[in-house]
Amino acid sequence: MEQQLEAILADHPRKREELIPILQEVQAEYSYLPTEAMLEIARYTGMPESRVYGVATFYAQFRFTPMGKKHTMVCRGTACHVNGAERILEEVEEQLGIKEGETTEDLEHSLETVACIGACSLAPCLMINNKVEAKMTINKVRELYKNGGE
Amino acid sequence: MVQLTDFQDLQRQAMADWESLHQDGRPIIMVGTATCGRSAGSLEVLDALRAATEKQEIDCHIFEVGCTGACYAEPLVYIIKPDQPAIVYGDVTPQLAPRLIQSYLIKDNPLPRYSIGTFGNGRIEGIPDLFSTPVFEPQARRALNRCGFIDPTSLEHYLANDGYTGVTKAFAIGPEQVIEEVKNAGLRGRGGAGFPTWRKWRFCRDAPSDQKYLICNADEGDPGAFMNRSLLEGDPHAVLEGMIIAGYALGASIGYIYCRAEYPLALERLRGAIKQAKEHGLLGDNILDSGFDFHIKIKEGAGAFVCGEETALIASIEGKRGMPTPRPPFPAVSGLWGKPTIINNVESLADVGLILQNGSDWFAEYGTEKSKGTKTIALVGKVKNTGLVEVPLGITLRELVFDIGGGAPDGKAFKAVQTGGPSGGCIPESLLDTPVDYDSLNAAGTIMGSGGVVVMDERTCMVDFARYFLDFAEKESCGKCVPCRLGTKQLLGILEDICAGNGRPGDIEMLEELGRGIKAGSLCGLGQTAPNPVLTTIRYFRDEYEAHIHEKRCPAGACKSLISYYINNDLCVGCTLCAQNCSTSAITGEFKGPHYIDQDICTQCGVCYTVCPKKANAVEIISPSLRL
Repeated sequence: MEQQLEAILADHPRKREELIPILQEVQAEYSYLPTEAMLEIARYTGMPESRVYGVATFYAQFRFTPMGKKHTMVCRGTACHVNGAERILEEVEEQLGIKEGETTEDLEHSLETVACIGACSLAPCLMINNKVEAKMTINKVRELYKNGGE
Repeated sequence: MVQLTDFQDLQRQAMADWESLHQDGRPIIMVGTATCGRSAGSLEVLDALRAATEKQEIDCHIFEVGCTGACYAEPLVYIIKPDQPAIVYGDVTPQLAPRLIQSYLIKDNPLPRYSIGTFGNGRIEGIPDLFSTPVFEPQARRALNRCGFIDPTSLEHYLANDGYTGVTKAFAIGPEQVIEEVKNAGLRGRGGAGFPTWRKWRFCRDAPSDQKYLICNADEGDPGAFMNRSLLEGDPHAVLEGMIIAGYALGASIGYIYCRAEYPLALERLRGAIKQAKEHGLLGDNILDSGFDFHIKIKEGAGAFVCGEETALIASIEGKRGMPTPRPPFPAVSGLWGKPTIINNVESLADVGLILQNGSDWFAEYGTEKSKGTKTIALVGKVKNTGLVEVPLGITLRELVFDIGGGAPDGKAFKAVQTGGPSGGCIPESLLDTPVDYDSLNAAGTIMGSGGVVVMDERTCMVDFARYFLDFAEKESCGKCVPCRLGTKQLLGILEDICAGNGRPGDIEMLEELGRGIKAGSLCGLGQTAPNPVLTTIRYFRDEYEAHIHEKRCPAGACKSLISYYINNDLCVGCTLCAQNCSTSAITGEFKGPHYIDQDICTQCGVCYTVCPKKANAVEIISPSLRL
């Protein structure tokens, strides 16, 4: 882990404005922000750990638990809401047995909601590992996660 | 260094190449691969087209284009045969793709039933002219004029279509005259508030400082809005050109693009465009020998709606929590790192490029007295033709929803239209003749916002809709000031109670009083506008609130706690589909026999309602709930 982290840090000057880009790159590498990485980022940028955590927890993009192999993001944009996104989310939660923001114990699935993915004309939609599933219905959700989402 | 004459050579070459692209006798195939097209499967269609042309050994040009806005018909494919108009095919599948090649390119049968229209010179029998169809005819495509018609990864395509002539014009007339042009055009900020762009620029230009900054706000955070995404994905150089001109007018040598990380394709297109502009001397030191230096950096937003607010956005670029600060001082005087900073929306900047390319009179041809030009609008929700459109300011909401949008789908009745995202309000049918301009929308209790327009039909509950936006505002409130942090939480709590059937007399008055307090007391635009969805729905749909509170009834049949699903056995044909699909086994009944829902087991998921065959239509929604 240390090598990748050092490589990311070495690319950035030790300036405050680099903090968010560093956090973004670290998360892109590990799928979440591990505690050890957070401490190392604080040391590198010379900021108190509390400030690094303060910034990371402020933004919706950052997570502190690992992502599942299959990461589902249910869109909760206005167009999706009007077209029944809430029930789509309930059905995904039902199928995966986890709530929004959680990861299954076997690290197979994680579930998040997103404010809007901008595919409003295909509402309601969700994304599994960056692939958009458009015009969802409850039955389509069941189909998607049948056999553990294979 | 690149001289102006080098640029002119490049421009001439680009125009000659564009000409030969259209006249070298080879067919052109274009596929819309913006995010909306990709979601609908356009990359698979592109692969299928490539495979088909290779197999048939057809020598042709194939390239990707951005979004024309006809999202309802994605994936879109455009085929241009020599000396023929372009044919636009909608809802193309990988299976249909080889048929189009075989039928149109080889056998000369254009398959009119798969086409939504043609454009360019000439007509093809059985296919309408795209720009005369109801969706396109009322539009005035200016900021979007290249979107969907050029390859967004090609600087040459942009140059061949007037690209960067706005920059050379600006350098020729000088910064003062640039501000004058933008003033004469009457451009108002396209991000939401509608502040005159030139006036903001004036403050900044006049502020003495050794360093000034320009920020392009591409943190399109309104759920249900994707105008800026389409523009960045389909015509990224247009935004860079606007930034160079704005930076020149302000005397700013550094520009930032603050773009949301949720737009990976837009970021990719921007990075590519910046690289090309640098290579050809359109960004960097002493641009085209004008003596003006301009550098652009990209900052990725990390998912905070409040960062659309100017001071919060600046805090975020500085690496802090994105929390707003009181104004004054305004960013135009003291912004990023305490230096004069101007923040302009993506569309405003694209408009700046157009104004310099075509002149302020041309820009002001469209619009009303106080709102000049055109506006891009994302038309979504319960409307037939969802998508991205660009209309003259002053067009009525009725024209937008019914003429362009085609009204509500599936024969449902139109109920309301919402503009301005979480900061805006809902407009009822009686006010549909309100013109879409900054001042008329304000008078109706809503705002123009960045251009998201959400249509609602009879099945949308207005109380639930207000709850949805308050849920959003409560989550996105940064927590700095008390009226917003605690006020949105209280508003949300009351709305949740009402939707759950626990509303009490006096709740409506409490919502109104709280709403007024939050508007008056909040620090930034988020809190000041967060109550708008509640206040406007109470203003225009008070009866729905009253039905929820006093009768425990949801007139739209949408609030789960207040409805029951019921099978009308006069209509039920006994197909058993509902029972098969019910996840809680709440439905009993034999094949060809009557079916019943056990209300104690039913979770109101609604799957029976959706699977019941249309010709039977036996599942009904009843409110108040049968369980009470």
